[in-house]
Amino acid sequence: MAGGQERILRGRIRSVQATKKITRAMELIAASRIVKAQQRVVAAVPYSDLITEVVRDLSAAGAGSSAPLLAGRGEVKNVCYVVLSADRGLCGGYNAGVLRATEGEIKADALAGRGHVVVAIGRKAESYFRFRGYNIAESFAGFTDNPTYAVAKEIGEYVTSLYESGQVDRVELVYTRFITAGSQEVVQRPLVPLEQEVTEGGDAKAATGHDYEFEPSPDTILETLLPRYVEARVYAALLNAAASEHAFRQRAMKSATDNAEELIKNLSRIMNRARQDSITTEIMEIVGGAEAMNSGN
Amino acid sequence: MAESNGTLRVELVSPERVLFSGDATQVITRTLEGGEVAFLPGHAAFLGALTENHTRIYLADGRIQNVAVHLGFVEVGADHVTILSDAAELEEDIDAAAVRAAKIRLEEQLRTEHSTEVEAELRRTHARISATGGLSTGH
Repeated sequence: MAGGQERILRGRIRSVQATKKITRAMELIAASRIVKAQQRVVAAVPYSDLITEVVRDLSAAGAGSSAPLLAGRGEVKNVCYVVLSADRGLCGGYNAGVLRATEGEIKADALAGRGHVVVAIGRKAESYFRFRGYNIAESFAGFTDNPTYAVAKEIGEYVTSLYESGQVDRVELVYTRFITAGSQEVVQRPLVPLEQEVTEGGDAKAATGHDYEFEPSPDTILETLLPRYVEARVYAALLNAAASEHAFRQRAMKSATDNAEELIKNLSRIMNRARQDSITTEIMEIVGGAEAMNSGN
Repeated sequence: MAESNGTLRVELVSPERVLFSGDATQVITRTLEGGEVAFLPGHAAFLGALTENHTRIYLADGRIQNVAVHLGFVEVGADHVTILSDAAELEEDIDAAAVRAAKIRLEEQLRTEHSTEVEAELRRTHARISATGGLSTGH
C-alpha cells in the first residue's frame, strides 16, 4: 500500500519536472525576444518623430483645415476601439489588462449614450469580445508577437475608412506601452481625428518655424501624409504591444518555473517520508516476524 | 566635414529603421506633381510629396547612392535632407535581374487588362530599374 503511494508521487514529480522544462524554455525564448522587440521599438522612433514634425509644419502653414482626418466631429455617436491583445495566452495579466480597460470604456460610453465598435487585434481580443456579444467590426490576428509595417498599413487603412464612411466618429487605440523590461502600462490613445496638441505643437518640439516651400500644395501633401501618419501611430503601438507581450510572458513563465520548483520540493519531501514510512513498516514486520519465530523455538 | 555648410546631412527613413544616413553634396528626387528637383546645400526650407522615383544622393566622398523611393515625403532645410518613405530600396538591395523580368511580365499583364494596381507596380519597377543602372547597362 505504502509503495503504491510512493509510485504515484514519483509520477507527479516527473510530470511537474516536464512542465518546468517547458515553462523554463518559454521564459528564455521570451527573454531573448524582448531585446529584439525593444530594438524594433527604438528603430521605429525616427520615422514617427519626423512624420509628426512634418504634420505639425504643414498645419503651421495653414494646411488641412478641411482634412477630414484632422477635423473632429461635434457630436460623437460611435467610438471605435482598436484593441491590441496577444494571439496566445500564457502571458500573465497582459491580455486581461487591455481587455478590461477596453470593456470599462465601452460600458462608460454606453452609459453616456454612445455606441461602440471593436477592432480586435490578436486572437484573445477577438474571442473575448465575441463571446460577450460586443460589436466586432473586424479582427486581425496571427502576427502580434512580430508585427510588420504591412499589417499596420492594413489596420490603418481599415480604421481610416471606418472613420471616413461615418460609421464611427472617433477611434481610440488601447494597447500596452513598453516602458522598460520591468514596467509596462495599459494606455488609451486617440488615433482619429488627430489630436489638436499634435498638430498645434503641444508638448514636444514646437514647429520649426521655417517658411517652407511646398510642392505640391500643402493640402495635397497633407492628404497623402495623414494616412501614413495614422499607419505610423498604429505601427508604433503594435511594436510596443509586442515588446510588452514578451515581457509579460517572460515574467509569467518565470513565476511558473519558480512555482514548479517549489512543487517539486514539496512533493519530494512527501515522497521521501512515504518511502521512509514503508521501509520502517517493512523492518517492523521483519523484526516482528523474527521475534515470533524466535519465541516459537 | 571640410566646411561647416558645404554638405547636406541626408537621412532616408523607413517606418522600420533608418535605411541610410550620410553627408552629401546634392540630392535629386521627384515630387508628386512637379517633376525632378535637386537640392544643394543652402536650399530653402522645402516640403514635398514624392512619387515613385529613382532618387540620387551624391555623397561627399564622390560616390552616388541610388535609391528607388516608392512614394514618400521629403523635408529639406539649409543643411539637411530627410526622406520619409514607407517603401524605399537601396540600389544594393535590389535584384536587378528579377526586376527586369518583372517589368516584362507587368507590361504583358497591362496589355490584356487595365489595373491601377499593376500600373503602380510597374512604376515601382521602373524606379528600381533606373536605380540599378537603367535598361542599357547590364549590372
